[in-house]
Amino acid sequence: MAAVQETVDRVRRIDVDQYRYGFETLIESEKAPKGLSEDTVRFISAKKHEPAWMLEWRLEAYRRWLTMTEPTWARVDYPKIDYQDIYYYAAPKPKKALTSIDEIDPEILKTYEKLGIPLREVAILEGVEPPAGGEPSPSRKIAVDAVFDSVSVATTFKEELRKAGVIFMPISEAIREHPELVKKYLGSVVPTSDNYFATLNSAVFSDGSFVYVPPGVRCPMELSTYFRINERNTGQFERTLIIAERGSYVSYLEGCTAPQRDENQLHAAVVELVALDDAEIKYSTVQNWYPGNSEGKGGIYNFVTKRGDCRGVNSKISWTQVETGSAITWKYPSCILRGDNSRGEFYSIAISNGHQQVDSGTKMLHLGKNTTSRIISKGIAAGVSQNTYRGLVTAHRKATGARNYTACDSLLIGDKCGAHTVPYVEAKNSSALFEHEATTSKISEDVLFYCTQRGLSQEEAVGLVVNGFVKDVLQQLPMEFAVEAQKLISISLEGSVG
Amino acid sequence: MNVVLAKSETRQAVSDVFASVRDRLPGAGKAAETRTQAFEAFERAGLPHRRLEDWKYTDLRALMREVLPLAAVPDANALNRAEAALAALPEVDGSRLVLVDGAFAPALSKLAGLEAGVHVQTLREALKDGRNAELLSNGTEPGAMIALNAAMATDGALVTVADGKALTKPIHIVHVATRASAASYTRSFLKIGKAARATLLESFVAADGAKSYQVNDAVSISVGDDAHLQHVRLMADSADATNITTVIFTIGAKVRLTTFNMTSGGGLSRYQGHLTFAGEGAEVNANGVNLLNGRQHADTTLFLDHAVPHCMSREVFRSVLDDRAHSVFQGRIIVRPDAQKTDAKMMTRALLLSDEAEADNKPELEIFADDVTCGHGATTGALDESLLFYLRARGLSEKEAQALLIQAFVGEAIETIASDDLREVAIATAQRWLEVRG
Repeated sequence: MAAVQETVDRVRRIDVDQYRYGFETLIESEKAPKGLSEDTVRFISAKKHEPAWMLEWRLEAYRRWLTMTEPTWARVDYPKIDYQDIYYYAAPKPKKALTSIDEIDPEILKTYEKLGIPLREVAILEGVEPPAGGEPSPSRKIAVDAVFDSVSVATTFKEELRKAGVIFMPISEAIREHPELVKKYLGSVVPTSDNYFATLNSAVFSDGSFVYVPPGVRCPMELSTYFRINERNTGQFERTLIIAERGSYVSYLEGCTAPQRDENQLHAAVVELVALDDAEIKYSTVQNWYPGNSEGKGGIYNFVTKRGDCRGVNSKISWTQVETGSAITWKYPSCILRGDNSRGEFYSIAISNGHQQVDSGTKMLHLGKNTTSRIISKGIAAGVSQNTYRGLVTAHRKATGARNYTACDSLLIGDKCGAHTVPYVEAKNSSALFEHEATTSKISEDVLFYCTQRGLSQEEAVGLVVNGFVKDVLQQLPMEFAVEAQKLISISLEGSVG
Repeated sequence: MNVVLAKSETRQAVSDVFASVRDRLPGAGKAAETRTQAFEAFERAGLPHRRLEDWKYTDLRALMREVLPLAAVPDANALNRAEAALAALPEVDGSRLVLVDGAFAPALSKLAGLEAGVHVQTLREALKDGRNAELLSNGTEPGAMIALNAAMATDGALVTVADGKALTKPIHIVHVATRASAASYTRSFLKIGKAARATLLESFVAADGAKSYQVNDAVSISVGDDAHLQHVRLMADSADATNITTVIFTIGAKVRLTTFNMTSGGGLSRYQGHLTFAGEGAEVNANGVNLLNGRQHADTTLFLDHAVPHCMSREVFRSVLDDRAHSVFQGRIIVRPDAQKTDAKMMTRALLLSDEAEADNKPELEIFADDVTCGHGATTGALDESLLFYLRARGLSEKEAQALLIQAFVGEAIETIASDDLREVAIATAQRWLEVRG
């Protein structure tokens, strides 16, 4: 059909100008010497004024990493990464000790303003109008931890959260201020030896967020971390640790962007969630790293290990992700359903365009009794991109009454892209009930015809169908992010829909 | 156990086996060279293990451990026992080719029933004087087990159906094992001419006295344009046997192919099918059933390559697992960039009757064309309590009710067999399994 040709032309026209966050902030920064060695690890640890046990932990991970080989099983293809050609630590040079947000380098403040992230404890994320009558209600406030290259530059609403008993701070601070909590939980979900990139992260992680919600507390506002890679030739290795104590609830949002550059940059993060009895963690990501230009040059390699441990009974962990950025995505947010009656959810929209390669999915490991999980994954491939869903659902022999429902759908726009589904479904006891379905199709011409006949343009019609296609997932996002995500989706597909 | 040690021991044993039987293997000159190359390919790879994605769930290094010596040429005693085993098979009208321990047994075969337009030759004859060495080459099909098959194949059937011939009766190839702790390697070819119609039935059975044996079979099936083929394979080897079978299908334009495999025997088995659509407008039904109990491990791995546009495929796979059985289904569909208008669906369902059984499903889709409809589904679960209750309330015993539901469950895969006779044979096999279950 004509639209296909049109699509191809349009996709060709999508260029870097489509990426709105590709600007660079010109500030002085302080870097670790290029390359990776024990000295680099020691340098980072010293920079963070870490206790000895933390340095030991890092060095152990580093030594382990030296013995490991990079995984090759994912359906992604990239030139070999030279791990000695990366700066493992880059921080904006502080002009003096900071006492308030006003003292942050105005360039950085401007950067976040440009990104639409409020670092002042004012309102809410861009795109959502405050309710009529002025002041936003407390429940609509968002606390933001802003991570710029390797360091956290600001954390807002700290005071208000402290009153509720919630600890929300950069992990580097938490290591110093709450060593007992960090010691107890760090690496307990993603061990240092977990996989190549997680081990690398364990050795060189520089910052990230730490959240601790005490028993019975419902976190009074959404927590959010905004990651920004700015410096050239650097890798970002952040580490996030969220602990929800018995009966608590927290919703956490994560966003990320990077400047446009011709070379690839590595982002290898680790996120660990621990939900104890009756606790609930909702983790949402809008991933919008620089995806590279229309020729596939540049872009972020996003190799991330995210795992949640439903450690307590009746606990719940929910992952929601909107993936539109990165040249390469390698990411499988997972749930270990250890506690009886625990519940894991995974909602994902992965959109690939241009030369992007996405290999993403989830793992649901049913270990406890009567555990349930749900996976809704929507992949949209356009341009010459490759979009793979890879998922594992497994029921242990003792996980009686395990339930899983998986639906993974793919939509192909254009005839040069690929959509793939690689599910692993493993049942080791008879009371496990697993259902998996997947479809791949292009937008039905009947549906398009119906819409255009009613006066919509071809593009509006496709937009309508695509939005309907991803609705299940968007609904799971907190309001503030849903708006952002919807905008992202229209950007990513702009022009590629025919 | 030291895995490395076990591996090298196995390798040593295999090369001894190969060296000691070389003279017995048909084909000299070029054919012998091809065998050596195939054997070297096997030796380089060794037995497949779980670190190979394709063999993730069926680790032959752990499960099979070793390659047994080649079975002796069947003597009178073996043939007698084979004959008794054949008598126990359901009667199928048509011609029959019997391979006993990997050797063609003319006395037990019924070639008189062959219809006009069918030509049959044995692999041993075809390879005589080193001719037709290409029969031992594996083309682009990789894999250590098929390489081992090429190196060791002792015999097989070469069946050709002439263009335009519509056969009315099935051709039945029966593999009978009679020996203990021995291996047999067979390699067969079926060529269906353009616009021909044919039905192929393959059976694997054990004779009295057969024990802990290994079967490695390779079948190459090519179907010409506009031809119709029904292929039914029933694997009922003894519960301590190993059966590794590779079937390679190449089908032309507008072909109608139904292929059905039922695995009810074998302690360790792998049925790997590789199907390539070579012409437009073909339709394929590739179905299968695993009926397993005890400690049986059965792996069905199907790879459908939609290389051309306008083809349709349907896969329905069912497994029923009791005791500590382990069923594996790996279905992979690839839709190549130009294969527009492909319509592919795959549905795999496992029924677990015991808490110690295990079902692993990996239904994979790889789509490179945009104007396609592809889907897959997978479910795993126990028998529906409410259905059982309904049947119990109507006076059926627990076992009867279960049997009825299991029959219906596997029936969905069996009913695509168009030939009444063969469908009945498949149903009878399933029923026998249920009866033995008690």
